Amino acid sequence: MVLSIAHNVIVENDDAPLSYRRQPTRGEVISEICTQLDAFRSDDAQVIRGATVISKDLNIDSLAVMDMIMELEDRFDVSIPMNAVAEIHTVDELADTILKLTARR
Amino acid sequence: MGLFDRHAGLLDAYRDVRTTGADPFQIRMERVLSPTEAIIDGKKCLTVGTNNYFGLTFDPSCMQAAIDAIKAEGTGTTGSRIANGSYSEHVALEEEIAAFYGKQHCMVFTTGYQANLGVISTLAGPEDFLLIDADSHASIYDACKQTQAEVVRFKHNDPASLDARLRRLGDKPGNRLVVLEGIYSMLGDSAPLKEFIEVCKKYGAYVLVDEAHSLGALGENGRGLCESAGVLDDCHFIVGTFSKTLGAIGGYCVSNDPDFDILRVTVRSYMFTASLPPSIVASVRQALKVVKARPELRKQLWDNVATLYDGLAAQGFKLGPEHGPVVGVHLPDRMTAIGFWRAMLDAGIYVNVAVPPATPNGVSLLRCSLCAVHTKEQLEHMIEVMTGIGRQMGVLAPKLQAAS
Repeated sequence: MVLSIAHNVIVENDDAPLSYRRQPTRGEVISEICTQLDAFRSDDAQVIRGATVISKDLNIDSLAVMDMIMELEDRFDVSIPMNAVAEIHTVDELADTILKLTARR
Repeated sequence: MGLFDRHAGLLDAYRDVRTTGADPFQIRMERVLSPTEAIIDGKKCLTVGTNNYFGLTFDPSCMQAAIDAIKAEGTGTTGSRIANGSYSEHVALEEEIAAFYGKQHCMVFTTGYQANLGVISTLAGPEDFLLIDADSHASIYDACKQTQAEVVRFKHNDPASLDARLRRLGDKPGNRLVVLEGIYSMLGDSAPLKEFIEVCKKYGAYVLVDEAHSLGALGENGRGLCESAGVLDDCHFIVGTFSKTLGAIGGYCVSNDPDFDILRVTVRSYMFTASLPPSIVASVRQALKVVKARPELRKQLWDNVATLYDGLAAQGFKLGPEHGPVVGVHLPDRMTAIGFWRAMLDAGIYVNVAVPPATPNGVSLLRCSLCAVHTKEQLEHMIEVMTGIGRQMGVLAPKLQAAS
């Protein structure tokens, strides 16, 4: 898959593997969010989409949401303030927030 | 939608809990007999879950001080200090705590919760950044809801994670306030404070340390992790409570900042609640004297920690990462934890049960807190009882037969 190839290249060329040196694409961000949320699907058949409401459609509590966000923060080298997390409901909104923050870096 | 409908999930979980025959969150202590014993369900039980680290709730000198204060000044202050004034004993208590830490200023609060809530939410204001450990106490999380600062959470006890987050703030204007705890209340682990302080210095961040569970327990003089880690001077604010080692209720914050006292007219949890009653102030002042005069209580506490922690570890229980006055016993899930807790109560031993969402990483725990005056016999009995229940419930492997 193209996405994961792009991923590997970045990791290999980076001294600090957890930090993106360039602006990630929307596809990369969405793909990483889906990886983080995979364990919280309510059943194996469930597909995570942009419109998936994280705290409602998935089997995840508020603490686990915050922990997942911490992983994403380190993956993309941004900090998502807790105050902003309250406004994030869907996978799309989370991706938008991360993209906005990476653009500002 | 009704007001209670949003709690439907919690109601279901709570119903599960109560199927075990007792509600761990509404236990009735029919009579508390001593720092280590209480009558529950008509039966004398060993209490190993009350945060009573030095056993001072029944210290005769502390009890007498409280009785004398009630006789002299009545049962309560009936108002806040900004409205009804400070009693001279409030001021004396603040001076004594400040002196205990070698700091210039101290403010006393009616609870430890209110100390954290008010101080943290007020210190970090608009345009500032508040950085908190992921496993922070509820009072710290609630301060995050009240503050106008931007809140960033870092990985538990991970200075590198804090470093990354401070680095990402770059040259944005605004103060950085980092909040840490001396000993974390669920698993009894301590913060790597020296390393955290290094990171904070690198970025010019202020440090606030909550010593709620470490007052008395850590440091040569019992001042907490700030003392044992040798960084007392580097901690800008130290918060603590009177409700654990000091055996009463109340909270405090000490600091060397020359403008600290402005908090008396800005911190709402200080301004808009009644001040501590004379009896509490008196017993706390006496308890602080006992902490200073009887360092052997600290040694007894840690001896007891070693007995329980090492004893349970030897039987194969999965515990928190290090010795601490709180010993958290990991159990595989919520219902096993509740069942285990109930079986211990039936056997006459009271501990706390901690289940998600009150625990980090969704773990289910039996939370034991030790007391300096627990006897070795009491704790060895407890290990034996827990081992029996653990085998019966399949949490521990069956007893190994000696090879013949």
